[in-house]
Amino acid sequence: MKARVTVTLKSGILDPQGKAIEGALKSLGVSGVASVRQGKVFDIEIEGGDRAKAEAALKNAAEKLLANTVIENYRIEVTG
Amino acid sequence: MKSAVIVFPGINRERDMARALKLISGREPAMVWHADRELPAGTDLVVIPGGFSYGDYLRCGAIAARAPIMDAVRAFAAKGGLVLAVCNGFQIACEAGLLPGVLMRNAQLRFICRDVYLRVERSDTAFTRGYNAGQVIRVPVAHGEGNYIADGETIARLEGEGRVLFRYASPDGMIDPNWNHNGAINAIAGILNDHGNVLGMMPHPENHVEAAMGCTDGRGLFAGLSAHFLQAA
Repeated sequence: MKARVTVTLKSGILDPQGKAIEGALKSLGVSGVASVRQGKVFDIEIEGGDRAKAEAALKNAAEKLLANTVIENYRIEVTG
Repeated sequence: MKSAVIVFPGINRERDMARALKLISGREPAMVWHADRELPAGTDLVVIPGGFSYGDYLRCGAIAARAPIMDAVRAFAAKGGLVLAVCNGFQIACEAGLLPGVLMRNAQLRFICRDVYLRVERSDTAFTRGYNAGQVIRVPVAHGEGNYIADGETIARLEGEGRVLFRYASPDGMIDPNWNHNGAINAIAGILNDHGNVLGMMPHPENHVEAAMGCTDGRGLFAGLSAHFLQAA
């Protein structure tokens, strides 16, 4: 089973990298960009076909390692 | 003082730290590998040194914080053992749950490698008894992610309980945004955990301990720790 965990900074946490990317887009003349926040994507293959088990394992992975929940949120998608 | 320096892959300040510990405490520290599960018997002080553990993959300190030896370090700290975590060590200690908060990318987005001035906020701790409260010391920093932040409630607790031990300051001890090199909240450079036995700090006191280094302002931290354990013995 394929899954994706997306980790993003919580709102209110300063993201200097996002700000730098935002500035670069503006200087490239890419119009209409209001703001940029940078995050991370983890594409994960899960053994077996039990969806509930997969979601539990991914939640465990996100809480234990993939995200620092002090500053980051995460989202789990099992894509089948 | 029997100290143990934890060694992770990618750490590069462990020898500087060992040299400073030997020089000032007179005793060679044990070097403890990350895959070990126990600290040497009778360890007084655990040191998590600086560097780039696991190449800073995922987040600075994130992988090292989950290494086998860290369970032993957490158990040691839970029993009141003293832990000194410097630079990448500070990042590891935050990721390991030994200290609150997190070290974000420097506000200027640049790696900073230079001497900074720190104001010592308290002298009544095992870590800072070698200094006077309000004293300004000069020590180097070398980091890209030293911008300390935590939620408002945590910061209020740290400040209210006097757990900020070092702040970035001007040479005359003023707190000024121009001297807060990495943008850390309240110019925080070093904090204690809630029991006062774990210190995390971004600057490197171990790099200013000998005249040949051009400055010996870092000695006070190690001398204070040595005196603490001599007194306890």
